[in-house]
Amino acid sequence: MEIGFEIVEVGSVVNEPYEGGGKLSMHMHAVPLAETAAERGSVRPMVRFRNIRKSFGELEVLKGVDLDILPGEKVAVIGPSGSGKTTLGRLLMTLEEPTSGTIEVDGEYLWHMEKRGKLVRADEKHLHRMRSKIGMVFQHFNLFPHMTILRNVTEAPIRVLRMRRNEAERLALEMLDKVGLADKRDNYPSQLSGGEKQRVAIARALVMKPQVMIFDEVTSALDPELVGEVLAVIKEIAADGKMTMLLITHEMEFARDVADRVIFIADGRIVEQGPPSRIFTQPESERLQSFLGRFRAYRAGR
Amino acid sequence: MNELIPALLRGLWITVQATFGAFALACALGLILAILRRARIKWVSVPMVWLIEFIRTTPLVVQAVFMWMALPRLIGMPLSALTVGILSLGLHYSAYLSEVYRSGIEGVPRGQWEAAVALNFSPAQKWLRIILPQAIPPVLPVMGNYLIVMFKEVPVLMAITLGEMLLAANSYIASTFADGIVPYSLVALFFLAVSYPSSLLVRLMERRLNRQRGTQYGNRIRNRRSRIRGERTV
Repeated sequence: MEIGFEIVEVGSVVNEPYEGGGKLSMHMHAVPLAETAAERGSVRPMVRFRNIRKSFGELEVLKGVDLDILPGEKVAVIGPSGSGKTTLGRLLMTLEEPTSGTIEVDGEYLWHMEKRGKLVRADEKHLHRMRSKIGMVFQHFNLFPHMTILRNVTEAPIRVLRMRRNEAERLALEMLDKVGLADKRDNYPSQLSGGEKQRVAIARALVMKPQVMIFDEVTSALDPELVGEVLAVIKEIAADGKMTMLLITHEMEFARDVADRVIFIADGRIVEQGPPSRIFTQPESERLQSFLGRFRAYRAGR
Repeated sequence: MNELIPALLRGLWITVQATFGAFALACALGLILAILRRARIKWVSVPMVWLIEFIRTTPLVVQAVFMWMALPRLIGMPLSALTVGILSLGLHYSAYLSEVYRSGIEGVPRGQWEAAVALNFSPAQKWLRIILPQAIPPVLPVMGNYLIVMFKEVPVLMAITLGEMLLAANSYIASTFADGIVPYSLVALFFLAVSYPSSLLVRLMERRLNRQRGTQYGNRIRNRRSRIRGERTV
């Protein structure tokens, strides 16, 4: 059974960029549907994976994934390492090209474009336009080591969005303030702790105002005592409600607290999905039961 | 002797001109070659690999005399030995420098490229703002060494009548019937007088860069600079 959420009173604001004011009033009811709301045409999904396959040489990492993510929805992807969950995010960020299948973002093909009625591979111009809707925070932060914290955050708005410098700096400081690091503006990444680096990386992605944000195992490279500060920041962003979020994670409590829906991937397929309240308490598939069991045993042993 | 020293000094001046001209050309062309050979489009990258291999596997002196003969015919006007010298030496070493750039570029972690994509930088912005500022500083000492190597290679251009030191010494010997020991020793001495201090400078630069990388991208040095400018420091 597919689980979705009924969305009522969406009004006319669904396709507005989220910065268009805080009036996006979605009232979410956790009503399981036989078909997704998207398929009934009531709301267009923000992200739509259609029969996505991805192979690296002989190895098929994703074996046909279908997934709709609604505007503003927070979807957590869990699964054993090597299950293909990170690849899902990388395909969406255009870091990898799918072997077959399509991805749609905000109603448009990501990796394809229509040319004389035929679907062809997207060119760089199309990818550039589509990427402006998507942002990503990486496991290893990937801050630019040769730039100060402030420039790490302002560089893309100035170069890519052609924002004026003082405007970009104002916005960047606002974002750095949000993640609690405005006082580090003149430091270099090497002077920051892992948790601080990751919070800067979040600010750097936020400042581009993407409609969809991918968080790819953002706490996996952190010392345990630094995980909390990063998750707190993400929870705060999630609480704003407007941004569509794809959270690829190993942190089960975090997935439970933040996500509207949890996707369990194993061996390149979606094995089970549903609201966190059900996924974590009444897993149906054997794979998920043993995955959660192993996870709990690991937690208990720690 | 009164004629030898001034002749050698004139030769040294031409040698220095040829070196820096060719080095500037090699740096620019080498960077273009390095970037093009990474192009995803095969019919751009593959010919670049061939070109680099061709340049590296044929002798500089052959390339120089070929260009000395062919270039004026190709463009239909005479070219000076210095011009052809700079072009041939610069082209030859651009192949080597492209490999130096390549090692620098490959040293930039994959995550930096991915962050550049995720933030939607255009290809040009990605290279200029993200990749090259991280790729070039670590290879600066190697580039400095190539500058010295190129300086020492200039006498090869005697073959195209470039009036550098060795040719000057030869002319002196031919016109005065003097013994070759002194003129040739002086040529060697002049090279030593320039090359050795230069190599010390390169070594100093290398040490400084290593120290900077020790403190990871030279925060200490940057802080010192910003303190001098009266800015806020860390």
